[in-house]
Amino acid sequence: MNIDDIKREFPIFDDKIQNNDLVYLDSANSSQKPRVVVDRIYDFYTKEFSNIGRSVHYLAVAATNLYEQTRVSVQKYINAKDKDEIVFTKGATEAINLVANTFGQKYLSEGDEVLLTELEHHSNYVPWHFLRKAKNIKIEFAEINDNGEVTLEAIEKKITNKTKIISVSHLSNVTGAILPIKEIVQLAHSKNIPVLIDGCQGAPHLKLDMQDIDCDFYAISGHKMYGPTGIGILYAKKKWLEDLPPYQGGGGMINEVKKEGITYGELPNKYEAGTMATAQVIAFNESIKFMEKIGIQNIEKHEKELLDYGLEKLRKNNSVNIIGNPKEKGGVISFTIEGVHPHDIATILDEDGVAIRAGHHCCQILHDKLNLPATARASFGVYNTKDDIDKLDEAINKCKKIFNL
Amino acid sequence: MDLKDLYQEIILDHGKNPRNLGKFDNYNKDAKGNNPLCGDNVHVYLRLNENKKVEDIAFEGHGCAISMASASIMTDMVRGKEEKEVKEIVTDFLGMIKEKDFLESNILKDDEKTKLMSLSGVKQYPMRVKCATLSWHTLTSALDNSDQIVKTEE
Repeated sequence: MNIDDIKREFPIFDDKIQNNDLVYLDSANSSQKPRVVVDRIYDFYTKEFSNIGRSVHYLAVAATNLYEQTRVSVQKYINAKDKDEIVFTKGATEAINLVANTFGQKYLSEGDEVLLTELEHHSNYVPWHFLRKAKNIKIEFAEINDNGEVTLEAIEKKITNKTKIISVSHLSNVTGAILPIKEIVQLAHSKNIPVLIDGCQGAPHLKLDMQDIDCDFYAISGHKMYGPTGIGILYAKKKWLEDLPPYQGGGGMINEVKKEGITYGELPNKYEAGTMATAQVIAFNESIKFMEKIGIQNIEKHEKELLDYGLEKLRKNNSVNIIGNPKEKGGVISFTIEGVHPHDIATILDEDGVAIRAGHHCCQILHDKLNLPATARASFGVYNTKDDIDKLDEAINKCKKIFNL
Repeated sequence: MDLKDLYQEIILDHGKNPRNLGKFDNYNKDAKGNNPLCGDNVHVYLRLNENKKVEDIAFEGHGCAISMASASIMTDMVRGKEEKEVKEIVTDFLGMIKEKDFLESNILKDDEKTKLMSLSGVKQYPMRVKCATLSWHTLTSALDNSDQIVKTEE
Protein backbone atom coordinates (compact mmCIF):
# COMPACT_ATOMS: atom_id res chain seq x y z
CA MET A 1 0.00 0.00 0.00
CA ASN A 2 1.12 3.52 -0.78
CA ILE A 3 0.76 5.84 2.20
CA ASP A 4 1.02 8.97 0.08
CA ASP A 5 -2.00 7.83 -1.92
CA ILE A 6 -3.89 6.96 1.25
CA LYS A 7 -3.04 10.30 2.81
CA ARG A 8 -4.40 12.09 -0.24
CA GLU A 9 -7.78 10.55 0.48
CA PHE A 10 -7.96 12.69 3.65
CA PRO A 11 -8.95 16.29 2.80
CA ILE A 12 -7.61 17.63 6.13
CA PHE A 13 -4.07 17.19 4.81
CA ASP A 14 -4.77 19.29 1.68
CA ASP A 15 -4.35 22.60 3.43
CA LYS A 16 -1.88 24.06 5.87
CA ILE A 17 -2.98 24.29 9.49
CA GLN A 18 -1.64 27.55 10.91
CA ASN A 19 0.98 27.68 8.12
CA ASN A 20 2.23 24.18 8.83
CA ASP A 21 1.78 20.83 7.19
CA LEU A 22 -0.33 18.90 9.64
CA VAL A 23 1.47 16.14 11.52
CA TYR A 24 -1.53 14.46 13.09
CA LEU A 25 -0.50 12.19 15.95
CA ASP A 26 -3.78 12.15 17.87
CA SER A 27 -5.66 9.30 16.22
CA ALA A 28 -6.19 7.45 19.50
CA ASN A 29 -8.32 10.45 20.42
CA SER A 30 -10.10 10.62 17.07
CA SER A 31 -9.03 9.79 13.54
CA GLN A 32 -9.25 12.07 10.54
CA LYS A 33 -11.92 11.35 7.92
CA PRO A 34 -11.41 10.19 4.35
CA ARG A 35 -13.22 12.08 1.58
CA VAL A 36 -15.60 9.17 0.90
CA VAL A 37 -17.01 9.45 4.43
CA VAL A 38 -17.42 13.22 4.31
CA ASP A 39 -18.99 13.05 0.84
CA ARG A 40 -21.38 10.33 1.92
CA ILE A 41 -22.81 12.56 4.64
CA TYR A 42 -23.20 15.43 2.18
CA ASP A 43 -24.81 13.23 -0.46
CA PHE A 44 -27.20 11.65 1.97
CA TYR A 45 -28.42 15.00 3.26
CA THR A 46 -28.61 16.61 -0.17
CA LYS A 47 -30.05 13.78 -2.24
CA GLU A 48 -31.39 10.97 -0.10
CA PHE A 49 -32.48 12.25 3.26
CA SER A 50 -35.44 10.88 5.12
CA ASN A 51 -35.98 9.42 8.56
CA ILE A 52 -35.76 5.66 8.70
CA GLY A 53 -38.00 2.81 9.75
CA ARG A 54 -41.27 4.70 9.95
CA SER A 55 -42.70 6.04 6.73
CA VAL A 56 -43.48 4.08 3.60
CA HIS A 57 -42.51 6.68 1.01
CA TYR A 58 -39.65 6.07 -1.37
CA LEU A 59 -36.96 8.08 0.47
CA ALA A 60 -37.82 6.50 3.81
CA VAL A 61 -37.53 3.01 2.44
CA ALA A 62 -34.25 3.78 0.66
CA ALA A 63 -32.75 5.42 3.78
CA THR A 64 -33.82 2.48 5.93
CA ASN A 65 -32.12 0.09 3.53
CA LEU A 66 -28.90 2.13 3.58
CA TYR A 67 -28.94 2.23 7.37
CA GLU A 68 -29.43 -1.52 7.57
CA GLN A 69 -26.67 -2.09 5.01
CA THR A 70 -24.19 -0.59 7.47
CA ARG A 71 -25.37 -3.07 10.08
CA VAL A 72 -24.60 -5.94 7.74
CA SER A 73 -21.21 -4.42 6.82
CA VAL A 74 -20.29 -4.13 10.48
CA GLN A 75 -21.49 -7.66 11.15
CA LYS A 76 -19.25 -8.99 8.39
CA TYR A 77 -16.33 -6.76 9.35
CA ILE A 78 -16.22 -8.03 12.91
CA ASN A 79 -17.46 -11.52 11.98
CA ALA A 80 -20.50 -11.50 14.23
CA LYS A 81 -22.84 -14.42 13.83
CA ASP A 82 -26.00 -12.40 13.30
CA LYS A 83 -26.72 -8.87 12.10
CA ASP A 84 -29.07 -8.40 15.04
CA GLU A 85 -26.03 -8.54 17.31
CA ILE A 86 -25.01 -5.11 16.03
CA VAL A 87 -26.57 -2.21 17.95
CA PHE A 88 -25.88 1.37 16.90
CA THR A 89 -25.18 3.81 19.71
CA LYS A 90 -23.90 7.37 19.89
CA GLY A 91 -20.45 6.08 20.70
CA ALA A 92 -18.50 3.45 22.59
CA THR A 93 -19.31 5.34 25.80
CA GLU A 94 -23.00 4.79 25.25
CA ALA A 95 -22.36 1.16 24.33
CA ILE A 96 -20.67 0.55 27.69
CA ASN A 97 -23.33 2.54 29.55
CA LEU A 98 -25.97 0.42 27.85
CA VAL A 99 -24.42 -2.80 29.12
CA ALA A 100 -23.64 -1.48 32.61
CA ASN A 101 -27.16 -0.15 32.96
CA THR A 102 -29.13 -3.12 31.64
CA PHE A 103 -26.87 -5.89 32.94
CA GLY A 104 -26.63 -4.04 36.25
CA GLN A 105 -30.39 -3.73 36.52
CA LYS A 106 -30.98 -7.40 35.97
CA TYR A 107 -27.95 -9.19 37.36
CA LEU A 108 -26.13 -7.07 39.93
CA SER A 109 -27.01 -6.63 43.56
CA GLU A 110 -25.30 -5.52 46.76
CA GLY A 111 -21.87 -7.07 47.28
CA ASP A 112 -21.50 -8.30 43.70
CA GLU A 113 -18.22 -7.52 42.02
CA VAL A 114 -17.39 -6.02 38.65
CA LEU A 115 -13.81 -6.60 37.55
CA LEU A 116 -12.05 -3.87 35.55
CA THR A 117 -8.35 -3.12 35.11
CA GLU A 118 -6.20 -0.21 36.23
CA LEU A 119 -5.72 0.96 32.68
CA GLU A 120 -9.36 1.49 31.80
CA HIS A 121 -10.56 4.68 30.17
CA HIS A 122 -13.03 6.62 32.34
CA SER A 123 -15.80 5.44 30.01
CA ASN A 124 -15.21 1.90 31.26
CA TYR A 125 -15.20 2.90 34.91
CA VAL A 126 -17.72 5.69 35.49
CA PRO A 127 -20.75 3.67 34.20
CA TRP A 128 -19.88 0.93 36.73
CA HIS A 129 -19.35 3.52 39.43
CA PHE A 130 -23.00 4.56 38.93
CA LEU A 131 -23.93 1.01 39.92
CA ARG A 132 -21.61 1.14 42.89
CA LYS A 133 -23.58 4.17 44.07
CA ALA A 134 -27.01 2.84 43.18
CA LYS A 135 -26.65 -0.80 44.15
CA ASN A 136 -23.67 -0.96 46.47
CA ILE A 137 -21.73 -3.26 44.22
CA LYS A 138 -17.94 -3.48 44.42
CA ILE A 139 -15.47 -2.59 41.69
CA GLU A 140 -12.18 -4.45 41.54
CA PHE A 141 -9.20 -3.47 39.44
CA ALA A 142 -6.76 -5.99 37.96
CA GLU A 143 -3.30 -4.51 38.35
CA ILE A 144 -0.93 -3.38 35.64
CA ASN A 145 2.64 -4.63 35.78
CA ASP A 146 5.82 -2.59 35.31
CA ASN A 147 5.56 -2.90 31.54
CA GLY A 148 2.14 -1.27 31.58
CA GLU A 149 0.39 -4.54 30.71
CA VAL A 150 -2.46 -6.42 32.33
CA THR A 151 -1.75 -10.13 32.22
CA LEU A 152 -4.16 -13.02 32.33
CA GLU A 153 -2.75 -13.86 35.78
CA ALA A 154 -3.52 -10.35 37.03
CA ILE A 155 -7.12 -10.84 35.95
CA GLU A 156 -7.32 -14.31 37.46
CA LYS A 157 -6.03 -13.02 40.79
CA LYS A 158 -9.01 -10.69 41.17
CA ILE A 159 -11.75 -13.09 40.17
CA THR A 160 -13.84 -14.25 43.12
CA ASN A 161 -17.11 -16.10 43.42
CA LYS A 162 -18.74 -12.65 43.59
CA THR A 163 -17.42 -11.55 40.19
CA LYS A 164 -20.44 -11.07 37.95
CA ILE A 165 -18.91 -9.42 34.89
CA ILE A 166 -15.43 -8.56 33.61
CA SER A 167 -14.97 -5.42 31.54
CA VAL A 168 -11.55 -4.73 30.04
CA SER A 169 -9.85 -2.75 27.28
CA HIS A 170 -8.66 -4.44 24.14
CA LEU A 171 -5.79 -2.00 23.72
CA SER A 172 -4.69 0.62 26.23
CA ASN A 173 -4.94 4.20 24.99
CA VAL A 174 -1.96 5.13 27.21
CA THR A 175 0.59 2.32 27.28
CA GLY A 176 -0.60 0.73 24.04
CA ALA A 177 -0.73 -2.68 25.73
CA ILE A 178 -2.82 -5.22 23.85
CA LEU A 179 -4.63 -7.38 26.40
CA PRO A 180 -4.94 -11.16 25.97
CA ILE A 181 -8.67 -10.82 25.50
CA LYS A 182 -9.30 -14.24 24.02
CA GLU A 183 -7.63 -15.90 26.99
CA ILE A 184 -9.47 -13.60 29.39
CA VAL A 185 -12.78 -14.60 27.80
CA GLN A 186 -11.90 -18.30 28.01
CA LEU A 187 -10.96 -17.99 31.65
CA ALA A 188 -14.07 -15.98 32.49
CA HIS A 189 -16.38 -18.32 30.64
CA SER A 190 -14.90 -21.30 32.48
CA LYS A 191 -16.30 -19.59 35.58
CA ASN A 192 -19.54 -18.51 33.88
CA ILE A 193 -18.62 -14.83 33.93
CA PRO A 194 -19.53 -12.72 30.89
CA VAL A 195 -16.94 -10.33 29.41
CA LEU A 196 -17.26 -6.88 27.88
CA ILE A 197 -14.35 -5.65 25.78
CA ASP A 198 -13.84 -1.91 25.38
CA GLY A 199 -12.66 -2.01 21.80
CA CYS A 200 -12.23 1.73 21.21
CA GLN A 201 -8.54 1.35 20.48
CA GLY A 202 -8.73 -2.23 19.26
CA ALA A 203 -11.25 -1.87 16.46
CA PRO A 204 -9.38 0.76 14.40
CA HIS A 205 -6.09 -1.12 14.47
CA LEU A 206 -6.57 -4.87 14.94
CA LYS A 207 -8.36 -7.63 13.10
CA LEU A 208 -11.64 -8.42 14.81
CA ASP A 209 -13.45 -11.72 14.88
CA MET A 210 -16.27 -11.82 17.41
CA GLN A 211 -16.91 -15.53 16.99
CA ASP A 212 -13.26 -16.27 17.59
CA ILE A 213 -12.83 -13.91 20.55
CA ASP A 214 -16.16 -15.19 21.88
CA CYS A 215 -16.69 -12.16 24.14
CA ASP A 216 -20.20 -11.33 25.27
CA PHE A 217 -20.00 -7.61 24.50
CA TYR A 218 -17.62 -5.50 22.43
CA ALA A 219 -17.83 -1.69 22.32
CA ILE A 220 -16.67 0.22 19.23
CA SER A 221 -16.21 3.91 18.57
CA GLY A 222 -16.97 5.01 14.98
CA HIS A 223 -15.00 8.25 14.99
CA LYS A 224 -11.76 6.46 15.81
CA MET A 225 -12.28 4.20 12.75
CA TYR A 226 -12.14 6.99 10.16
CA GLY A 227 -15.88 7.41 10.62
CA PRO A 228 -18.14 10.28 11.70
CA THR A 229 -18.63 11.36 15.29
CA GLY A 230 -21.92 10.46 16.91
CA ILE A 231 -21.82 6.78 16.11
CA GLY A 232 -20.64 3.77 18.02
CA ILE A 233 -21.43 0.10 17.99
CA LEU A 234 -22.31 -2.34 20.66
CA TYR A 235 -21.72 -5.89 19.60
CA ALA A 236 -23.54 -8.23 21.96
CA LYS A 237 -24.34 -11.90 21.73
CA LYS A 238 -27.95 -12.32 20.75
CA LYS A 239 -28.80 -14.21 23.93
CA TRP A 240 -27.86 -11.11 25.94
CA LEU A 241 -29.77 -8.66 23.78
CA GLU A 242 -32.84 -10.86 24.07
CA ASP A 243 -32.40 -11.36 27.77
CA LEU A 244 -31.49 -7.87 29.02
CA PRO A 245 -34.08 -5.11 29.50
CA PRO A 246 -34.23 -2.18 27.06
CA TYR A 247 -31.94 0.79 27.72
CA GLN A 248 -33.69 3.94 26.54
CA GLY A 249 -37.40 4.22 25.92
CA GLY A 250 -38.94 6.03 22.99
CA GLY A 251 -40.12 5.70 19.44
CA GLY A 252 -38.89 2.84 17.32
CA MET A 253 -38.07 0.46 20.17
CA ILE A 254 -41.63 -0.61 20.93
CA ASN A 255 -43.95 -3.32 19.72
CA GLU A 256 -47.26 -2.17 21.15
CA VAL A 257 -48.05 0.75 23.45
CA LYS A 258 -51.27 0.74 25.47
CA LYS A 259 -52.40 2.66 28.52
CA GLU A 260 -52.12 -0.54 30.52
CA GLY A 261 -48.67 -1.52 29.35
CA ILE A 262 -46.02 -1.69 26.67
CA THR A 263 -44.31 -4.46 24.79
CA TYR A 264 -40.91 -3.89 23.28
CA GLY A 265 -39.75 -4.33 19.73
CA GLU A 266 -37.62 -7.04 18.25
CA LEU A 267 -33.89 -6.84 17.89
CA PRO A 268 -32.12 -4.69 16.96
CA ASN A 269 -34.85 -2.03 17.32
CA LYS A 270 -35.21 -2.79 21.03
CA TYR A 271 -31.99 -0.90 21.72
CA GLU A 272 -32.32 1.89 19.16
CA ALA A 273 -34.88 4.29 20.61
CA GLY A 274 -35.60 7.56 18.89
CA THR A 275 -34.15 8.94 15.68
CA MET A 276 -30.67 7.56 15.36
CA ALA A 277 -27.60 9.24 13.87
CA THR A 278 -28.82 8.15 10.46
CA ALA A 279 -26.40 10.04 8.21
CA GLN A 280 -23.46 9.02 10.36
CA VAL A 281 -24.45 5.36 10.37
CA ILE A 282 -24.85 5.41 6.59
CA ALA A 283 -21.49 7.19 6.17
CA PHE A 284 -19.85 4.72 8.54
CA ASN A 285 -20.37 2.08 5.90
CA GLU A 286 -17.84 4.03 3.82
CA SER A 287 -15.35 3.90 6.73
CA ILE A 288 -15.67 0.13 6.83
CA LYS A 289 -15.23 -0.09 3.05
CA PHE A 290 -12.23 2.23 3.28
CA MET A 291 -10.57 0.02 5.88
CA GLU A 292 -11.46 -3.13 3.98
CA LYS A 293 -9.96 -1.72 0.80
CA ILE A 294 -6.61 -1.16 2.54
CA GLY A 295 -6.92 -4.35 4.55
CA ILE A 296 -6.67 -4.48 8.33
CA GLN A 297 -3.53 -6.64 8.09
CA ASN A 298 -1.85 -3.89 6.08
CA ILE A 299 -3.00 -1.25 8.55
CA GLU A 300 -1.62 -3.34 11.43
CA LYS A 301 1.68 -3.87 9.65
CA HIS A 302 2.08 -0.20 8.76
CA GLU A 303 1.30 0.99 12.27
CA LYS A 304 3.68 -1.58 13.75
CA GLU A 305 6.45 -0.24 11.54
CA LEU A 306 5.67 3.29 12.67
CA LEU A 307 5.63 2.18 16.29
CA ASP A 308 8.98 0.43 16.05
CA TYR A 309 10.50 3.42 14.27
CA GLY A 310 8.99 5.86 16.75
CA LEU A 311 10.14 3.89 19.79
CA GLU A 312 13.66 3.61 18.40
CA LYS A 313 13.80 7.31 17.61
CA LEU A 314 12.40 8.53 20.91
CA ARG A 315 14.48 6.14 22.97
CA LYS A 316 17.56 7.76 21.46
CA ASN A 317 16.31 11.19 22.43
CA ASN A 318 17.77 12.03 25.84
CA SER A 319 15.37 13.07 28.57
CA VAL A 320 12.39 11.42 26.85
CA ASN A 321 10.83 8.71 29.01
CA ILE A 322 8.47 6.31 27.31
CA ILE A 323 5.59 5.10 29.47
CA GLY A 324 5.23 1.34 29.56
CA ASN A 325 6.97 -1.34 27.57
CA PRO A 326 4.34 -3.95 26.71
CA LYS A 327 5.35 -6.93 24.61
CA GLU A 328 2.18 -6.67 22.55
CA LYS A 329 1.71 -2.99 21.78
CA GLY A 330 -0.44 -0.90 19.45
CA GLY A 331 0.44 2.41 17.79
CA VAL A 332 0.50 4.59 20.89
CA ILE A 333 3.56 6.20 22.47
CA SER A 334 2.99 8.02 25.74
CA PHE A 335 5.98 9.88 27.05
CA THR A 336 7.27 12.53 29.40
CA ILE A 337 10.23 14.85 29.13
CA GLU A 338 12.15 15.41 32.34
CA GLY A 339 11.62 19.05 33.29
CA VAL A 340 8.82 19.90 30.83
CA HIS A 341 5.17 19.45 31.68
CA PRO A 342 3.15 17.56 29.03
CA HIS A 343 0.94 20.59 28.39
CA ASP A 344 3.94 22.71 27.62
CA ILE A 345 5.18 19.94 25.31
CA ALA A 346 1.84 19.87 23.49
CA THR A 347 1.73 23.65 23.05
CA ILE A 348 5.29 23.83 21.74
CA LEU A 349 4.78 20.88 19.36
CA ASP A 350 1.58 22.44 18.09
CA GLU A 351 3.52 25.50 16.99
CA ASP A 352 5.17 23.28 14.37
CA GLY A 353 1.93 21.60 13.35
CA VAL A 354 2.58 18.48 15.40
CA ALA A 355 -0.76 17.58 17.02
CA ILE A 356 -0.46 15.32 20.05
CA ARG A 357 -2.50 14.92 23.21
CA ALA A 358 -1.39 15.83 26.71
CA GLY A 359 -3.10 15.11 30.00
CA HIS A 360 -4.35 12.00 31.73
CA HIS A 361 -6.10 10.75 28.56
CA CYS A 362 -9.21 9.96 30.61
CA CYS A 363 -7.20 7.41 32.59
CA GLN A 364 -6.70 8.95 36.00
CA ILE A 365 -6.54 5.60 37.80
CA LEU A 366 -3.64 4.58 35.57
CA HIS A 367 -1.84 7.91 35.97
CA ASP A 368 -2.23 7.75 39.76
CA LYS A 369 -0.70 4.29 39.64
CA LEU A 370 2.18 5.57 37.50
CA ASN A 371 2.45 8.52 39.87
CA LEU A 372 2.25 10.93 36.95
CA PRO A 373 -0.35 13.70 36.78
CA ALA A 374 -0.10 13.79 33.02
CA THR A 375 1.72 12.40 30.01
CA ALA A 376 2.16 13.43 26.39
CA ARG A 377 0.91 10.98 23.79
CA ALA A 378 1.59 10.44 20.11
CA SER A 379 -0.76 7.96 18.45
CA PHE A 380 -0.84 6.72 14.89
CA GLY A 381 -3.31 6.21 12.11
CA VAL A 382 -3.08 4.77 8.64
CA TYR A 383 -2.06 8.17 7.18
CA ASN A 384 1.05 8.65 9.32
CA THR A 385 4.56 8.35 7.93
CA LYS A 386 8.07 8.03 9.33
CA ASP A 387 8.49 11.64 8.33
CA ASP A 388 5.78 12.52 10.88
CA ILE A 389 7.86 10.82 13.56
CA ASP A 390 10.98 12.70 12.49
CA LYS A 391 9.01 15.93 12.84
CA LEU A 392 7.83 14.85 16.28
CA ASP A 393 11.41 14.20 17.28
CA GLU A 394 12.57 17.58 15.95
CA ALA A 395 9.74 19.36 17.77
CA ILE A 396 10.70 17.57 21.00
CA ASN A 397 14.23 18.90 20.55
CA LYS A 398 12.83 22.40 20.13
CA CYS A 399 10.93 21.90 23.35
CA LYS A 400 14.09 20.93 25.16
CA LYS A 401 15.84 24.00 23.76
CA ILE A 402 13.12 26.38 24.98
CA PHE A 403 13.36 24.83 28.43
CA ASN A 404 17.17 24.91 28.35
CA LEU A 405 17.53 21.15 28.69
CA MET B 1 1.45 33.41 17.76
CA ASP B 2 4.93 33.31 19.11
CA LEU B 3 6.18 30.82 21.65
CA LYS B 4 8.61 33.42 22.97
CA ASP B 5 5.64 35.49 24.18
CA LEU B 6 4.33 32.50 26.06
CA TYR B 7 7.56 31.08 27.42
CA GLN B 8 9.38 34.22 28.53
CA GLU B 9 12.48 33.85 30.69
CA ILE B 10 10.61 34.92 33.80
CA ILE B 11 7.95 32.25 33.23
CA LEU B 12 10.55 29.55 32.65
CA ASP B 13 12.39 30.67 35.77
CA HIS B 14 9.31 30.69 38.02
CA GLY B 15 8.03 27.51 36.36
CA LYS B 16 11.23 25.66 37.06
CA ASN B 17 11.89 27.10 40.52
CA PRO B 18 8.52 28.10 41.88
CA ARG B 19 8.67 30.46 44.86
CA ASN B 20 6.57 29.75 47.93
CA LEU B 21 6.05 26.12 47.00
CA GLY B 22 5.02 24.07 50.02
CA LYS B 23 2.85 24.51 53.05
CA PHE B 24 3.40 26.33 56.33
CA ASP B 25 1.95 25.47 59.72
CA ASN B 26 -0.11 28.37 60.96
CA TYR B 27 -2.18 29.15 57.90
CA ASN B 28 -5.77 30.18 58.60
CA LYS B 29 -7.20 30.08 55.10
CA ASP B 30 -6.79 27.63 52.27
CA ALA B 31 -8.51 26.34 49.15
CA LYS B 32 -7.98 23.75 46.46
CA GLY B 33 -8.34 24.12 42.74
CA ASN B 34 -8.07 21.66 39.93
CA ASN B 35 -8.20 21.45 36.19
CA PRO B 36 -10.05 18.22 35.37
CA LEU B 37 -9.02 18.42 31.72
CA CYS B 38 -5.37 17.93 32.47
CA GLY B 39 -5.24 16.74 36.06
CA ASP B 40 -3.34 19.79 37.29
CA ASN B 41 -4.06 20.91 40.80
CA VAL B 42 -3.15 23.60 43.29
CA HIS B 43 -3.70 24.14 47.00
CA VAL B 44 -3.25 27.68 48.27
CA TYR B 45 -2.50 28.34 51.96
CA LEU B 46 -2.40 31.78 53.50
CA ARG B 47 -2.35 33.55 56.82
CA LEU B 48 -4.40 36.70 57.24
CA ASN B 49 -3.47 38.63 60.38
CA GLU B 50 -5.79 40.67 62.57
CA ASN B 51 -5.36 43.66 60.25
CA LYS B 52 -6.52 41.56 57.32
CA LYS B 53 -3.07 41.55 55.84
CA VAL B 54 -1.57 38.52 54.09
CA GLU B 55 1.20 37.66 56.48
CA ASP B 56 2.31 34.57 54.61
CA ILE B 57 1.20 32.60 51.58
CA ALA B 58 2.32 29.39 49.89
CA PHE B 59 0.98 26.77 47.51
CA GLU B 60 1.28 23.10 46.79
CA GLY B 61 0.51 21.44 43.52
CA HIS B 62 1.72 20.42 40.15
CA GLY B 63 1.13 21.65 36.68
CA CYS B 64 2.65 23.08 33.55
CA ALA B 65 5.22 25.88 33.45
CA ILE B 66 2.44 28.45 33.02
CA SER B 67 0.39 27.34 36.00
CA MET B 68 3.40 26.95 38.29
CA ALA B 69 4.84 30.31 37.23
CA SER B 70 1.48 31.99 37.68
CA ALA B 71 1.06 30.61 41.21
CA SER B 72 4.65 31.50 42.03
CA ILE B 73 4.38 35.10 40.82
CA MET B 74 0.96 35.48 42.45
CA THR B 75 2.09 34.33 45.87
CA ASP B 76 5.13 36.62 45.72
CA MET B 77 2.98 39.55 44.79
CA VAL B 78 0.22 39.35 47.36
CA ARG B 79 2.37 38.70 50.41
CA GLY B 80 2.21 41.72 52.71
CA LYS B 81 -0.83 43.18 51.02
CA GLU B 82 -4.23 43.73 52.57
CA GLU B 83 -7.15 41.50 51.66
CA LYS B 84 -8.92 44.34 49.86
CA GLU B 85 -5.80 45.05 47.82
CA VAL B 86 -5.34 41.38 47.02
CA LYS B 87 -8.87 41.18 45.69
CA GLU B 88 -8.31 44.24 43.53
CA ILE B 89 -5.12 42.72 42.11
CA VAL B 90 -6.89 39.42 41.39
CA THR B 91 -9.69 41.24 39.55
CA ASP B 92 -7.19 43.32 37.62
CA PHE B 93 -5.11 40.28 36.66
CA LEU B 94 -8.09 38.16 35.58
CA GLY B 95 -9.43 41.11 33.59
CA MET B 96 -6.09 41.48 31.84
CA ILE B 97 -5.92 37.78 30.98
CA LYS B 98 -9.50 37.72 29.73
CA GLU B 99 -10.06 41.00 27.90
CA LYS B 100 -7.93 44.06 28.67
CA ASP B 101 -4.46 44.66 27.27
CA PHE B 102 -3.14 46.27 30.43
CA LEU B 103 -3.26 46.32 34.23
CA GLU B 104 -4.81 49.36 35.84
CA SER B 105 -4.64 48.88 39.59
CA ASN B 106 -2.71 51.62 41.38
CA ILE B 107 -1.67 49.17 44.04
CA LEU B 108 0.71 47.48 41.63
CA LYS B 109 4.15 48.97 41.19
CA ASP B 110 5.60 49.14 37.70
CA ASP B 111 7.92 46.16 38.18
CA GLU B 112 5.02 44.14 39.58
CA LYS B 113 2.95 45.00 36.52
CA THR B 114 5.81 43.88 34.27
CA LYS B 115 5.96 40.56 36.10
CA LEU B 116 2.25 39.97 35.77
CA MET B 117 2.23 41.04 32.14
CA SER B 118 4.72 38.27 31.42
CA LEU B 119 1.73 35.94 31.72
CA SER B 120 -0.26 37.82 29.07
CA GLY B 121 1.16 35.53 26.35
CA VAL B 122 -1.50 32.94 27.21
CA LYS B 123 -4.13 35.18 25.65
CA GLN B 124 -3.04 33.84 22.27
CA TYR B 125 -3.49 30.28 23.51
CA PRO B 126 -7.12 29.94 24.60
CA MET B 127 -6.62 26.37 25.87
CA ARG B 128 -3.89 27.60 28.19
CA VAL B 129 -5.73 30.53 29.80
CA LYS B 130 -6.98 28.36 32.64
CA CYS B 131 -3.45 27.26 33.40
CA ALA B 132 -2.68 30.90 34.22
CA THR B 133 -5.89 31.63 36.10
CA LEU B 134 -6.40 28.52 38.25
CA SER B 135 -4.26 29.64 41.21
CA TRP B 136 -5.86 33.10 41.18
CA HIS B 137 -9.38 31.70 41.37
CA THR B 138 -8.17 29.41 44.13
CA LEU B 139 -6.76 32.38 46.06
CA THR B 140 -10.16 34.10 45.85
CA SER B 141 -11.81 30.95 47.07
CA ALA B 142 -9.43 30.77 50.05
CA LEU B 143 -10.12 34.39 50.98
CA ASP B 144 -13.86 33.79 50.76
CA ASN B 145 -13.60 30.67 52.92
CA SER B 146 -15.30 28.69 50.22
CA ASP B 147 -15.41 24.94 50.72
CA GLN B 148 -15.93 24.43 47.03
CA ILE B 149 -12.98 23.09 45.07
CA VAL B 150 -12.25 25.51 42.25
CA LYS B 151 -12.64 23.85 38.89
CA THR B 152 -11.72 25.18 35.52
CA GLU B 153 -14.54 23.20 33.89
CA GLU B 154 -18.20 23.32 34.78
